[in-house]
This record gives sequence, C-alpha cells and structure tokens, in this order.
Amino acid sequence: MPELSVTENLLLGDFPRRAGLIDWPAAHRQARELLARIGFDAIDPRTPAGRLTVARQQMVEIAKALVSEPTVLILDEPSAVLAGSDLDRLYALVRDLAARGTLVIYVSHRLAEVLDLATSIVVVKDGKVAAVTEPDRTSEDELIRLMAGRRLEQIYPDRRPGRGAARLEVSGLSRAGEFREVSLTLHAGEIVGLFGLVGSGRSELAQCLFGATQPAEGEVRLDGRPVRFRDPKRAVAAGMALVTEDRKRTGLVPGMSVRDNIALTTMHTTTRAGLIDTGRRRRAVTGMIERLRIQPPHCAGMPVATLSGGNQQKAVLAKWLLREPTVLILDEPTRGVDMATRVDLYRIVDDLARTGLAVLLISSDLTEVLGASDRVLVMNQGRITGELDPDRTTEDEVLAYSIGQAA
Amino acid sequence: MTDQLTPTAESKSVDAAPRRAYRMPRLMIRGRDLTAEAVFVGLVGILLLVAALTSDTFFTQTNLTNLLKQMVTTGLLAFGMLVVILTGGIDLSVGSVVAFAGIVTAGLVSGLPIPVAMAVGVASGILFGLINGTLVARFGLAPFVVTLAALTTIRGLAFVYSEVPIAPEDPAFFRLGSALLGPIPVSTLIMLAVFLAGGVFLGRTPAGRSIIAIGGNAETVRLAGINVRRYVILAYTISGGCAGLAGVILASRVGIAQPSVGVAFELDAIAACVIGGASLAGGRGSAKATLGGVLVLVVINNLLNLYGVQSFWQQVLKGLIIIAVILVQRTRLPGRTLT
Repeated sequence: MPELSVTENLLLGDFPRRAGLIDWPAAHRQARELLARIGFDAIDPRTPAGRLTVARQQMVEIAKALVSEPTVLILDEPSAVLAGSDLDRLYALVRDLAARGTLVIYVSHRLAEVLDLATSIVVVKDGKVAAVTEPDRTSEDELIRLMAGRRLEQIYPDRRPGRGAARLEVSGLSRAGEFREVSLTLHAGEIVGLFGLVGSGRSELAQCLFGATQPAEGEVRLDGRPVRFRDPKRAVAAGMALVTEDRKRTGLVPGMSVRDNIALTTMHTTTRAGLIDTGRRRRAVTGMIERLRIQPPHCAGMPVATLSGGNQQKAVLAKWLLREPTVLILDEPTRGVDMATRVDLYRIVDDLARTGLAVLLISSDLTEVLGASDRVLVMNQGRITGELDPDRTTEDEVLAYSIGQAA
Repeated sequence: MTDQLTPTAESKSVDAAPRRAYRMPRLMIRGRDLTAEAVFVGLVGILLLVAALTSDTFFTQTNLTNLLKQMVTTGLLAFGMLVVILTGGIDLSVGSVVAFAGIVTAGLVSGLPIPVAMAVGVASGILFGLINGTLVARFGLAPFVVTLAALTTIRGLAFVYSEVPIAPEDPAFFRLGSALLGPIPVSTLIMLAVFLAGGVFLGRTPAGRSIIAIGGNAETVRLAGINVRRYVILAYTISGGCAGLAGVILASRVGIAQPSVGVAFELDAIAACVIGGASLAGGRGSAKATLGGVLVLVVINNLLNLYGVQSFWQQVLKGLIIIAVILVQRTRLPGRTLT
C-alpha cells in the first residue's frame, strides 16, 4: 500500500494501542525493531512505502512476511529487484531463518544464489517438476539445461558482426536527482548493455530519452539531428520505442485484450474513413503473435493479463515492433520471464539489431548484460562510470564499476 | 499452524493466475462468453413479465410511448457518463447542465430561431464539458472535485439566468420533445442514434479505444505515444454535449424550462452505467450494455409509478433493486479486479 507509511504496511492494523488509540511512537519503534532485526535499519518507518525505491519496498515486503513469525516462508523471486549489499542481507536473513527452523521455499531464476542458498533444488519447467536435486550434485550448466532444454552457450546469440552509423547520440544529459552528465552513443546494428544497480538512474535515463521527463541540461541527437522530445508522442513519432521495466504499470493495459494492447501504438495510423481498419489490425496482430511466438497462438482476443509474464513481455515488444522503430530501449526486459521465453527474446532482439536497429539493453542481471550485449556501459549514482567489452571483462569488474569501486 | 506468505513483486503482478470467488456455469456461443448478456436479457425479460402480469396499463401504447420518452434524458446522460467513467473519471455536473441548457434555450426562443436557440443550449453543455475536462486533464484535479464544483456553479448560473421557469409560447418549441414517428418519439430515435454512433465511436475509432485504454492504464497509454490529455478532455466534452442535448429535449418535452430541474440526474446516469457492467475504476463498459442499464432503470421507475408507490419508497426500492442487479451483473467479471 504505497500511500501508507512503512509502519502501517508492516503492522497492518495490528497496532499497539493506548486508551483505544494507536500509540504511534510505539508502533514506529516496533517497525524499526522489525527492520533492524533483518538488517534493514536504513529505512525510516515513517516514510510512505510508495516513496521508497523498488528495492527498499521489496525489503519492507519481506519484513512484513516475518511479522507473524511463519514456520513456512515462500519467497517468490525476492532478489529480482535487489543487488549489492541488499542481496547479502537477504541471503544472511534466509540462512538465519533456515538455521532457526523455518522452512524456506525460495523461488528464483538466479542460479548462483539457488546453488548457494538451497539444501534441496526443485526445477520447474512448463508447469511440471523437471528435476529434484541438491546443490552438491548439480551445476549451473545442468540447471540451465533442465530449465531451458539447452546449454548456456545456446542461450545468447553470437555477437553482432559490426555496427553502422551512430543513431542516438547523447551528450552531457543531466536531470536533477536522477542522472548527471550522461554521454553515450548507440549505433545502428548493435546492442549496448547498460548495467546498474536499482537506484543508479538507469530507468530514469530511459524515461528521459523517451521524452517522458525533460532533461535539465544536455543534448540528444537522433540520426545526426538534434532532438528534444517534449512528450513520448514525439519520441514515438521519431522512431523511438521503450519497453519499460514494469509491464503491469507502464507496459500493458491489463484489462484489455492482447489485440488491443498490441495495436495500441498503431491504431491511429491503421484507419479507414476515421474508423480502425479491423482487417488490417487483425493481420498485423496475428502476424506479430506468430513472429514472436506468443503463447497460446490464438490469444488475440484474450485479456492480456491471462498470459504468462514472458508472453506479456512479448506482447509489449510486439506493440513496439509494429511501429518499426529505429531505436529500441529495453528496460529490464527479462525480469520475471521464464528461461525459454528469455531465449526467444534474446533471439528476437538479435534479429532486430541485425536489421539495423540500435538497442539499449538496461539490466541488473550481470550474466544477461555480458551475454547479450556488444558493449557494456555501467552506471553508478546517476553517472556512466565505465564502458567495457563483454568479451574482456568479468562479472566482478562490472559489479565493481557499478558500486563505484573500480580501480 | 502453517503460515504461507509470498512477499514479492511478482506475486502481486498480473502474472498471477486470476482467482475466482466462485464459479458459475457459463454460456459459450462460438467461443464467446455470453453469460453476462444472457443474464441481462433474462433480467429484462423477468422485469417485463412481472410488468405484464401485475399491471394492466404497462403494455398500453400510451404508457410505452411515455416510457420511451422518459428514457431519453437518462439515456443521453448515461452515454456521456459512460465515456467519462471509461477514462476512470466521473461527471457529477450533468444534472445542472440539463437545467442550464434548458433554461437558456427557452430564454433565447423569443429572440432567435428555435433551432439556433437549441444549438446554443447544446453548445453551452459542450463548453461546460470542455472546461471540466481541461481542469481534470491539464491541471490534474480530481474529477469528483471538479465536477462537484461545476455542479453547484452551473446550477447557480441557471438560476442567475432566470429565477423563474420559462415557458415559450411558440408550439414549434415543443416539437423536438413530443413529436412522434409512428408510435416512436423522435427524441427516442435521437437518443438511440447517439448510442449507435457512440458504440461505433468506442469500438472502432482510435479516440474511443484510447479513452477505454486510458481508464485501464493511463501511463501505458501515454508511453505508447498517445495524447492522453486530449482524449480525457474529449470525454468530458462529450458528456457535457450529451447533457446539453438532454436539457434541450427535456425542456421541449415538458414545455417549460425550470432552473431547478435535473437535481440528482447524475445518479441515475451513473446507476445505468454500473447496471450495464461499467467499472467505476475505468477501462470497462460498453454503449450497448449501458443502454440496457437505462432500460432496466426506466422500466423500474415506470412500474413503481404505475403501482402508485409513494415516491420516497420508490427511492428506497430503486436503490435496493440497483444493488441486486449489480450483484447479478458481477458475473461478467472474471473474478479479477483491476488494481
């Protein structure tokens, strides 16, 4: 509940009372103790939950689950939005809970942490249990094979052979409290990875490039011409596309059909005598569903919310591909997406780049950034702190740049 | 005892499988779920059956013609309201617009040709809608507050224009509201035409689809490169225009324009939308179903009048019936609310 304070979210009506009224000082103290117990004492319990970063909100969610001291705790992708020291705290917490007798079911697609934390591993694929194993008896490679039905080397397409002319040139772009003096260039035909921890300003940069917010300083050139998008409408018209990090809140209209969602960006141009040309729309939408292999195949009339996370993401991508953009910004495109669909997404984006699109791939998944990009930019506290060649760097080096500790 | 908690981002997301409170048998015809429609047709059928069995006067031509005339005001207001509700907003000012448009038209009839006076009445509604929409879309004010303020402002303006009712003497003034085409009032045909055009607008035009999408998720629509403000303003303008037209027709039907007419009309309009399955959160609702909602509402009103039920009890009964109808209508939801 974003409007309510952290305390209210944590205690959820079970407040300490005095003379029938809520004893706020005691409630905040209780909340602070709760947060401190799990190592998240940096959070002020009086802030409205909605003002916290996504990572902090996640911690509050976890703290909330612990209020009732459960004997069984299911954590569904708890690490998806966490990084760095937050992750370490989460791992310490999970180990501590397990040591004290709580049964923890930890759902994750981060294989390293699964191998590290778990005592028993269940691999689920297509709604069925594909294997039950233990960390000592398996490896990342084997887990990937069990999940995706293919080996690691087959997950990411080969790197693109070369790059074309500069498409999007950004120089000295700043926006107060979000990012500072960002300069980068995207060329036709390349995928540039942008790695940064939650809160580093990556998504804010994407929003700004897309005209959703306005920069305070700096210049953006598209195909050599200076541009300044006053709103997303102008950015879209100029050939930009943005797949946002939060499908539900900014990528889809959940109550509408798959067809309406995919046609959202093109309905104004698919008209005949002022009315939407339903024949053309149907052909365009079915074409996309086939091309991106959105499952199930006859989903055009279904509410988009009934699709799986991965297929929802494909629907978001389809919406943009119908616009035939020249610059594609992907913000955490594989978050909450199953392995098989990820492989599909990497292949689709690779195809697009090979036909001349400039792609900016924003991600907090190190393996993905290094596997799928031709160049890697690292962001820390609103600044681009490094540019690395994915073939000549390591996960540790990228991480070091992202927390400002690079040599 | 076992606690099961899933504190995650994903568990709250649309990825989660829809959960149904209960499952009822569904009517599927050619792959389309027509349960809601079937329930609705059944409901209206039962209502009409009750009417036929218990009242000698319901199925007389006089009463039916009367009923069709009574539908017009609620119908026009309900369509305009639907468009606003689809964006996730609400328009509480429509009742006052009805009064203002009526009294201005009646006042102008003495000096201007009747069609021009009527056009001015409708235009005044469009202007009020434009102002409402601009305040909501451009200044980011809450629709409830803006249109509540408009409700009292416009009502005041109607009284400022004329404290006393105005009754034009030219018989041509009554024609719009009372003329018949065979057994069917012309004004009813106008209302049906609005619904017909409105159905096409919402279903087939980029503007209509955008309005529905905005109610579903305005930020997604904005980021898709669509001018959200423009369509929100358009929605309120349509509502204002419909209310203006309703006011002009009402004054013409009654033959006298009163500055006090139309109090609480917005409630019937909202009720009609909701009975027709529209979500007050926006993004869901249709012209066809809203017309059905209008029919249910007007038939209930008419029956209660025929039974001679005291007007206060009418209000009580109408409220209870609306709740009952909405409970039944809820079966059209797949058990999932948009959050």
